[in-house]
Amino acid sequence: MSETNKRVLGVNIIGIPTEEEYWNCPGVPSEKRMLKGPVAVIECFQEIPCNVCEDACPFGAIKVGHPITNLPVLDEDKCKGCKLCIPICPGLAIFVVDLSREGEARISLPYEFLPVPSVGEEVDALDRWGRVVAKAKVVQVLYSEKFDKTYIITISVPKKYAFFVRSIKVRR
Amino acid sequence: MKDVYDVAIIGSGPAGLAAAIEVAKHGCKKAVILDENFRPGGQLFKQIHKFFGSKEQYAGIRGFVIGETLMNEAKDLGVEILLRTSVIGLFNSNYDVKTIGIYSHDKGVREIKAKRIIIATGARENVIAFPGWTLPGVMGAGAAQTLMNIYRVLPGERVLMIGSGNVGLIVTYQLLQAGAKVVGIVEAMPKVGGWGVHAAKILRMGVPIFLSHTIKEAIGKEYVEKAVIWEIDRNWKPIKGTEKVFEVDLICLAVGMIPNIELTRMAGCEHIYIKALGGWVPLHNMGMETTVKGVYVAGDVAGVEENSVAIEEGRLAGISCAEALGLIDSKEAVEYKETIWKRLDELRSGPFGEHRKKAKYLILQEYEKRMKT
Repeated sequence: MSETNKRVLGVNIIGIPTEEEYWNCPGVPSEKRMLKGPVAVIECFQEIPCNVCEDACPFGAIKVGHPITNLPVLDEDKCKGCKLCIPICPGLAIFVVDLSREGEARISLPYEFLPVPSVGEEVDALDRWGRVVAKAKVVQVLYSEKFDKTYIITISVPKKYAFFVRSIKVRR
Repeated sequence: MKDVYDVAIIGSGPAGLAAAIEVAKHGCKKAVILDENFRPGGQLFKQIHKFFGSKEQYAGIRGFVIGETLMNEAKDLGVEILLRTSVIGLFNSNYDVKTIGIYSHDKGVREIKAKRIIIATGARENVIAFPGWTLPGVMGAGAAQTLMNIYRVLPGERVLMIGSGNVGLIVTYQLLQAGAKVVGIVEAMPKVGGWGVHAAKILRMGVPIFLSHTIKEAIGKEYVEKAVIWEIDRNWKPIKGTEKVFEVDLICLAVGMIPNIELTRMAGCEHIYIKALGGWVPLHNMGMETTVKGVYVAGDVAGVEENSVAIEEGRLAGISCAEALGLIDSKEAVEYKETIWKRLDELRSGPFGEHRKKAKYLILQEYEKRMKT
């Protein structure tokens, strides 16, 4: 793996946020809200011209407004954690995190690879650098034609990985 | 003037199709699109990812589906599409009737006439030269994308990507989807060129990005077998001893694009050099008309930008033609164009757009200056 990668962090340098950038992002809800139940985590840190998520949310919990380059702002009280915003985001930057279970984090993520894992399957949980950091169990696989070939995979990992794990690798 | 088209549109990418839809929607019965490819849609047909933007530009939809949508709309509106037809000449025409030399696979060389021309010829990939770059297995990232997504041929199994702009990042993701192993992305700048979200999604799949690195050479007997990269210092000087060697059979170049201005040159349009837009681009006004009356431009030929921008510029050019042909009254046209410019200004805002917005307004200013003299 690259040594370069390990040295740098920052949305505008490598695309991965520092802790400060992460918690200051208007699309990232509070940890308190995640503890209550599933909630969207919009990891959209740069002002790029896109507002697809705003239209996708059935509860009006995501606001982009004008100009279209505004960062999406999540209203964490309005968000029901329904996951519909996950497959619509062209940046694959929306996740749903649920910390309401003891010792367990449930992370829902967009998935566009084959094979698609099945419920109950054990997969590798990868961090933002693609490193295997834990084993994950697939607890839900959602698909509808509306998702247009993007699956929503929900995995269960130990709680301490809630903010690290953002990708999976199917072992098959 | 039986055989004169009202509008001839050169190029059937997002800009050309959007322009054709606009003129046809306003009642133009004689619009034609000329395209050298086997199918219309330009680069949209190899874009398998969901697009950014807003619903006005079909955002959230995969590129090839946007292509199909635009193509069907144009066809339903009665736009004629001549495929495998290259435009080989734009001749000294007057304002009302312009002569276009074309070569088509079935009818050979001939002339067609049109009252207005919209040039939407897009852009092409840049390359960089390095020892070994002529070996088979070194190709543009866009070429690799065409092979994969249109012809279903995986051009390599182990890939090194040069350039971390959005094209490099997106094609890397698609190579992974197609089953290739991407050993890394090399970026000369000390930061990623494209959007963070595109970088994040390939990083978390385990593809490293080597910042402040460049390619030293490609090694291979008959085709690429190895790639050597090395670090560069602040003055872009390679640092000896920092070489890394990868076993690869494909090196993709994603090092920017350059507008296809051959036809705007041939038409006699005036150009300006703007680095932020990819190089020499034709001057144009707010209606996308160039310094040659009756010749319009739209999309990447007028500056390398996004699909969303290309669609909006195509609409502008289409509306202007409809206005010039008397199909829409000026007041309506002005209002419509203002709405589109408002959307364009928004699309060109933020850290990735402001420099392009400035560049575009410079083009408008320069156009005014030239037209006064």
